[in-house]
Amino acid sequence: MLATIGVSSVDDLFADVPSGLRLEGPLALEDGLSEQEVLAELQELAARNVSAEDEVSFLGAGMYDTYVPALVDAIISRSEFLTPYTPYQPEVSQGGLQAMFEYQTAISELTGLPVSNASVYEGPSALAAAGYLAKLHNGRRRFVVSGGVHPHAIEALSTLARGWGMEVEVLGVPLSTGSADDGLTDLTRLPPGTLDADVSAVVVAQPNFFGAVERLDSIVSAAHAVGALVICSADPISLGLLQAPGAQGVDIVVGEGQTLGNRLDFGGPSFGFFAVTDELTRRLPGRIAGQTHDLDGKLGYVLTLQTREQHIRREKATSNICTAQALNALAGIVYLSWLGRQGLVELAELLARRTAYARDRLAAIPGVSLPHAQPVVREFAITVDGGRLDDVIALCKQAGINPGHRVDRDTLLVAITERRTRTQIDRLAGCIEEVLA
Amino acid sequence: MTATADHRPKSFIEAADDELTIFDRSRPGRRAFTAPALDVPERPLDELIPAELRRPEPARLPEVSEPEIVRHYNRLSKRNFDLDTGFYPLGSCTMKHNPKLHERVAALPGHARLHPLQRSESAQGALELMWRLQRALGEISGLPHVSLQPSAGSHGELAGVLLTRAYHEDRGEHRTKVLTPDTAHGTNPATVTMAGYELVKVGTDPNGNVDIEDLRAKAGEDVACLMLTNPSTLGLFEPQIEEIAKIVHRVGATLYYDGANLNAIMGICRPGDMGFDIVHFNLHKSFTQPHGGGGPGAGPIAVSERIEPFLPRPQVVREVRDGTDYYALDEDRPKSIGRLRGFQGNYGVFVRSYAYIRSLGAPGLREVSEVAVLNANYLLARLRQEGVLEHLPAAYERLCMHEFVLSGAPMKRELGIKTLDLAKRLLDHGVHPPTVYFPLLVEEALLVEPTETETRETLDRFAVLVAEILREASEDPEIARGAPYSTPVRRLDEAGAARRPVLRQAL
Repeated sequence: MLATIGVSSVDDLFADVPSGLRLEGPLALEDGLSEQEVLAELQELAARNVSAEDEVSFLGAGMYDTYVPALVDAIISRSEFLTPYTPYQPEVSQGGLQAMFEYQTAISELTGLPVSNASVYEGPSALAAAGYLAKLHNGRRRFVVSGGVHPHAIEALSTLARGWGMEVEVLGVPLSTGSADDGLTDLTRLPPGTLDADVSAVVVAQPNFFGAVERLDSIVSAAHAVGALVICSADPISLGLLQAPGAQGVDIVVGEGQTLGNRLDFGGPSFGFFAVTDELTRRLPGRIAGQTHDLDGKLGYVLTLQTREQHIRREKATSNICTAQALNALAGIVYLSWLGRQGLVELAELLARRTAYARDRLAAIPGVSLPHAQPVVREFAITVDGGRLDDVIALCKQAGINPGHRVDRDTLLVAITERRTRTQIDRLAGCIEEVLA
Repeated sequence: MTATADHRPKSFIEAADDELTIFDRSRPGRRAFTAPALDVPERPLDELIPAELRRPEPARLPEVSEPEIVRHYNRLSKRNFDLDTGFYPLGSCTMKHNPKLHERVAALPGHARLHPLQRSESAQGALELMWRLQRALGEISGLPHVSLQPSAGSHGELAGVLLTRAYHEDRGEHRTKVLTPDTAHGTNPATVTMAGYELVKVGTDPNGNVDIEDLRAKAGEDVACLMLTNPSTLGLFEPQIEEIAKIVHRVGATLYYDGANLNAIMGICRPGDMGFDIVHFNLHKSFTQPHGGGGPGAGPIAVSERIEPFLPRPQVVREVRDGTDYYALDEDRPKSIGRLRGFQGNYGVFVRSYAYIRSLGAPGLREVSEVAVLNANYLLARLRQEGVLEHLPAAYERLCMHEFVLSGAPMKRELGIKTLDLAKRLLDHGVHPPTVYFPLLVEEALLVEPTETETRETLDRFAVLVAEILREASEDPEIARGAPYSTPVRRLDEAGAARRPVLRQAL
């Protein structure tokens, strides 16, 4: 091969690399291993983690120990889906493109908005990207963000907003004040003059971080009254039961897609979904599949509206996204097909009933109270009085239970998935009773 | 021969196929899912969630059985070309083999079923893996401080430019411009705008290198950063990289390394030694996370000492507790730019890339880059031998790194077929075409990256194939102009798709 090229050594191929920059010795990395040795090392690392198979986990707060059907694994591990690049050559990418189109249709149905993209990275960064869309749309200088939005999403938006010279104003959600509005975003609590024509978007979550189902209609009317957009981060399984945010006037619906057929994976990869009104279509970030025809009139699919995108528009693009989360979004559409129209409702109802049971069961324990009494679907907050939450967590650990995500000294966020049974909920309640008795 | 669909018999696969979507297959009452039994009291929903907060009708998801779903997506899969099936020399995308072991290790419950918010003490294996990967990436790049958080290359770029902003602002400086070469990936200029900077383009000299004089003229005190890909998107190493670094640093700007082309230099030389301050890696390119038809990826960043205080939160750190190593998530980083996303990043990708680095080790990684560069130069030489370069000359007559650019301009003039036609005709021969019409600088560009995992026989076959297509075009250009013929669909009306967008199915 060297002779064909016309050089005498591989080193000659690197002639352009200045000699002072060439490494003299090998990198300071360990030597390579055989396949079975690598497997053994990765098994050993895995064994030093406590997985959701090893304990009963009530952790949620953005990702959930949901059941991933065997069907999803079988389909997404097909090399035809696993190993191609972004579908730049549509004639040989019809499978992936059609799956994107089907995914977009399902997300549009769930969110109640007409247009979905083909996925973005994950939930919190999707919310930040929605902020960028709002900035491009109206050029205003402030975001009003509900304190009920996931803290990671608020931070991701704030990280980016600094670069745009925009402010992020966070409106706290009242908890444990005894008011009927505890747990809800109430824009009337904003200081006077805050919600004005400088606000680019009002940002909320449905259900919110504390599990409460928000009343989106009043938020939408207050935001639209000052010409601001409304961005809502939604839990897709809860949307099986809840009014679609788009039907309530929300302009942009985003969210974390992990619960749709994706593993926990210690936080990723999963996908973010992103849907908008017709008016905002040409400002969407990321890839979008569209239906069209070939030369023979046969139905087909392509990546479309590419004049939004970085590889065409460069510095004028609506986003810098190139690689998205196609495989994870494929898992999403396969999962949603598996659940089906009735199945999604049944799953959401099962979660709502088990969550109601768990919430009532825990709230009945003396020393446990509820920071809010709003309707919830799959997650709720409890307050453990007297600084005893440490003890609760410690005793649960001994019993092989992870009781949930600790929000602050006394507050615990408890998530219920279809894997959490009544027996397991009772065991959690038993541990808390034992500590507080 | 002007082939059309009429001449083309349906293949076995096509005959079994139809044009239906999963929604078209829906029939009321069909289903795959059975809910777990209700083991708590069946309270009326109205008691739990008031009716006005609930959806009046279920979302119109498909109603299909499991066998239908399996067949539907299996059929769709057969309409995709993929790396496991054939040659995929897509320039700048590094379509190298994805070892099957990686899928096995990523699926271990001790990796796959970890909750991102579980206590660090119950995730020591995962945090140690992340820490080791940080160390390895730091060593490969020559920049010791690594954040794994960004989700893809473009996300890493955004992190990098925001780090630059934080660095300058911390010094009380408010710079307004970021420089990129005119050969840059589109993500670079798009990132500059997203990070709130003004883009200034730097020209390319006749040899394909950064135009040093143009850079000197544009590198002023208002410049925050120069974003550079090295080797460049032309597949060329910048021989004057040390001088470029000096110019950029002299005005107090940072030098950013777009890691898209890292596959050419692993173990050979290091961005940190070249003077770069910030690097992003594409784990889905150089470190072989499967591309998944457009993601997932991961875009870790490595930075120099002066940028380190600003890295995203949280950072994986190693401490000593009770005399043993303990791995923790450090949130207490007061100067951090903050989070870019939820949780700690795409851990599932980290597992695969870590396994890759462990498989290869230091000598293996160097061999990867050597063979990637050898393969690219060999393929270029073979194309020359086959006479291809007479119609598709190399954009720059010099040795390339891991990829090279040809210009189809003479082919278009002399043979009457465009680069796009050549690409589409390659599909009929079971080869994925190289990247087309990028870099923008080269007319009718064809960017070819064979990668190190292809055999000499595959490269030989590709060279012969391109020569055959050119010969065919010299006899009848209509054949290539009408290609492809053997694919599930023929050329698609992309303009129509954008003019009248149909972005979801009407139900």
